[in-house]
Amino acid sequence: MQIFNKEPNFDFLKLRKFAIVLSSLLIIASITAFFTKGLNYGLDFTGGTMVEVGYEQDADLSKIRQQLADIEINGAVVQNFGSSKVVQIRMPQQDHIENVNVSDEVLKALRSDGSEVVKRDQSYVGPVIGEELKEQGGLAMLVALICIMIYVALRFEWKFSIGSVAALAHDVIIVIGFFSITEVEFDLTVLAALLAVIGYSLNDTIVVYDRIRENFLKMRKGNSEEVVNTSLNQTLARTLMTSITTLLVLLALFFFGGQTIHSFAEALIVGVLIGTYSSVYVASTVALALGVKKEDLMPPEVKKEGEEFDMP
Amino acid sequence: MIFDQQPQRQLPLNTYPKWKYVMIVLVLAIAFLYAAPNLFGEDPAVQLSGLRDTKISEQQVAEIEAAWQAKGLTPIAVEAQTEQKVVARFAKNEQQLQAQEIANKILNPSQDAQDYVVALNLAPATPDWLADLGGKPMKLGLDLRGGIHFLMQVDMEQAVKKQQEQLRRDFIDTLTSEKPSIRGRVESVENGLHVTFRSQEDAERAYTALFQRYSDRVQLELKETNNRPYVAAIFNQTKLQEIRDNAVSQNRLILSNRVNSLGVAEPLIQRHGADRIVVQLPGVQDSALAKRVLGATATLEFRMVNVEADPVAAQNGRVPPGSKLLDSDRGPLVVFDKVEVSGEHLTDAFPGFHPQTNSPIVSVRLDGEGGARMLETTTKNRGKPMAMILKESVPVFEIKDGKRTLVKSSIVETVISSPNINGQFSTDFFIEGPDFTPANTKDLATQLRSGALIAPTFIVEERTIGATLGAENIEKGIKSVIIGFSLVLIFMLVYYKLFGLVANVALTLNLVLIIAVMSLMGATLTLPGIAGIVLTVGMAVDANVLIFERIREELRDGTKPAQAIDKGYGQALSTIADANITTMIAAIILFAIGTGPVKGFAITLFIGILTSMFTAIVVSRGIINLMYGGKSVEKLSI
Repeated sequence: MQIFNKEPNFDFLKLRKFAIVLSSLLIIASITAFFTKGLNYGLDFTGGTMVEVGYEQDADLSKIRQQLADIEINGAVVQNFGSSKVVQIRMPQQDHIENVNVSDEVLKALRSDGSEVVKRDQSYVGPVIGEELKEQGGLAMLVALICIMIYVALRFEWKFSIGSVAALAHDVIIVIGFFSITEVEFDLTVLAALLAVIGYSLNDTIVVYDRIRENFLKMRKGNSEEVVNTSLNQTLARTLMTSITTLLVLLALFFFGGQTIHSFAEALIVGVLIGTYSSVYVASTVALALGVKKEDLMPPEVKKEGEEFDMP
Repeated sequence: MIFDQQPQRQLPLNTYPKWKYVMIVLVLAIAFLYAAPNLFGEDPAVQLSGLRDTKISEQQVAEIEAAWQAKGLTPIAVEAQTEQKVVARFAKNEQQLQAQEIANKILNPSQDAQDYVVALNLAPATPDWLADLGGKPMKLGLDLRGGIHFLMQVDMEQAVKKQQEQLRRDFIDTLTSEKPSIRGRVESVENGLHVTFRSQEDAERAYTALFQRYSDRVQLELKETNNRPYVAAIFNQTKLQEIRDNAVSQNRLILSNRVNSLGVAEPLIQRHGADRIVVQLPGVQDSALAKRVLGATATLEFRMVNVEADPVAAQNGRVPPGSKLLDSDRGPLVVFDKVEVSGEHLTDAFPGFHPQTNSPIVSVRLDGEGGARMLETTTKNRGKPMAMILKESVPVFEIKDGKRTLVKSSIVETVISSPNINGQFSTDFFIEGPDFTPANTKDLATQLRSGALIAPTFIVEERTIGATLGAENIEKGIKSVIIGFSLVLIFMLVYYKLFGLVANVALTLNLVLIIAVMSLMGATLTLPGIAGIVLTVGMAVDANVLIFERIREELRDGTKPAQAIDKGYGQALSTIADANITTMIAAIILFAIGTGPVKGFAITLFIGILTSMFTAIVVSRGIINLMYGGKSVEKLSI
């Protein structure tokens, strides 16, 4: 089986203008959402207490809310988690109870009416930790981008380097925008997923660049646009194949991996889709816009000694 | 020509030299061997361990085994791992609980003090021959086996404050001992002191005197404000680092002692960054209890030994009023209840050597108030022995049906040293002992410091994962690996036919390699780690896809099959390397900056990339070569 029986010949670059508009719109929407709505940060970032409990029958959420109000817990978010018998309660930092003990107090309150309540999971994160994590996360992202930029500049050329980092920034911004718009919880695993998206999308971009470089050296005729377009076509089957296999396992994680890695899988699915698109349109378009051309990639000419005496 | 050069033997296209096959087979054999322990699983076990320095004798073990036999509980194996630790493995979970209860009754007969911990554990059921080769299964993280995770913050401000007090006293001592003595006003500032003087001349003399003595610890500067000269003394980086390191390592030690008493089989107590400590208690579910035990305090007391009382008589119950019988390194000792100096006045204790005799000693420093009391005590009691007592609150548990309930907290007092007072001393003095060695003076100093509690700790993060959630996580994790993996295998087979099958073999071997490397490294498997493995599976195919697409391209261009294989592998190589190196950069950064779950993900991703390069390039080529090498092939099944 093959996706393409013969080498595909799409004119990718014809759609370049459309792609620029699409990407710009997505980025503007993402940034706007991020600054107006912000992210639904998980406990890892906000600090506070989370308790996950299991009931024997379907849990009565309004009763739980009342029980929490009775012990003066402020700002609690009570919701079902994966099943109607499992309830997750999230609470911000409390002022009047020792925060480390909040979870024990909550359990006591939930059991006060004699219901069988099993504690499944419980976390407390101090306010300092959350702040640190945001800083560290941002820093990690920045360091990763810079290291990658240096590596690509060394292996390829600075125009490619800027193109790849532009594609990565594009992907990260849009995935963050997705989390902002859909209000899916942004926790530590999503941060890890974002970094994995960087790795994945870069993988894709490098494969395309590698082919562009090869074709610049191999193809005698054709301008930069044609070379890039041919390279995109030649790598298209591979780009799609790898995206499909990766998406297959991510879907398995998304549907069967359980609640804990649900948002992780979600972030990666969005990231892989965006990353595939960006390696075709963003990375090469930026490199082209910067005027990448054959001479940039030619190995520096070394005058060989005794060249003129070569046999005819 | 006589010495004609032998033409280099050229291997035919698509064949590997023999050594390459040998290497592949060897690597894979080792991988299977070290991945194998994960198949055998773990047996329920009971772990007996002595607290503090208590050893477990063979008689005790024999007695427990006999008691088990009497109840029809026969362990699969009983192994003494150290002098203080014995592990007994059982076939069934119910046996484990019963056995724990019985063993606890024998080892801890009294309700007052518990010298042993009887904990439930899981012991790997790896066959002996495999274990002898160093084979062990992967450790499961807290999110998979359930347990409690604490992140404790050490209060560094307090640690620095204590040192500041010490420095203030040292400065005053130095300035008053100058001739003529210098008078100045000492103020505390951040990380140091300011000493203000009346005249420039005083300030300069003070600066010289202080510089001579303390320039190793503090950065000194002569300054002026409102026409008042002052000396600014700020702890230098080395000293601050030392204060922090001491505070953390001391707290780590205290926490380990307390965790041991909790009866956790494999606790993890690790420094985390500059000023934090991670405590992981696998299998523990009662977080309220854990918090109470971790939050308990140890204190140090200096008390006089009651030399008039007879320890032997005291052992028979005749303890004089106002005294108490305690165990010490020299046997039973009767000690007065009155506290001469308490540990809060101790600012530092460190091991060293006597300046004249060069024998090992422990130097002790007290603050001003403690020094004054010590002077009073030593003046009155010269020549008599003084006991240094570490008072710890130790929880006493009752074990029933595998549940551990706190009966009470009992105070355990241990005499850590009881030297004779051979002079008058106040703030700085040292302790000598006939059996002191450099090793035990170090321990003693740490024990003294731990009683002083230089810096308190508090919990900044807590996570409890219930046992049910842990089991659910394992189940779901494995399920998603199997489903994702199968989908990829089917897809590859349909899409690339025979070549797809080869890629699938490579992919499966990759999974075995990842598990083998993780088991060998002693890495911990967490749920994000499983996600990392799943993701690697998806991405590891990429290398083969790149190669196969290249081969197809070559075939389309009319290249002969054999050449197409060779060119496909050759040309894809640099692309694969570039793509993987960049992903590895991301994995390394994740590992360096991330914590807990992120780290777990990064480790598996990193290992997965490395192993996938081996399987996707070297191994898959090996198989293809075996199939197509050296033959004339008309058509490839790709």
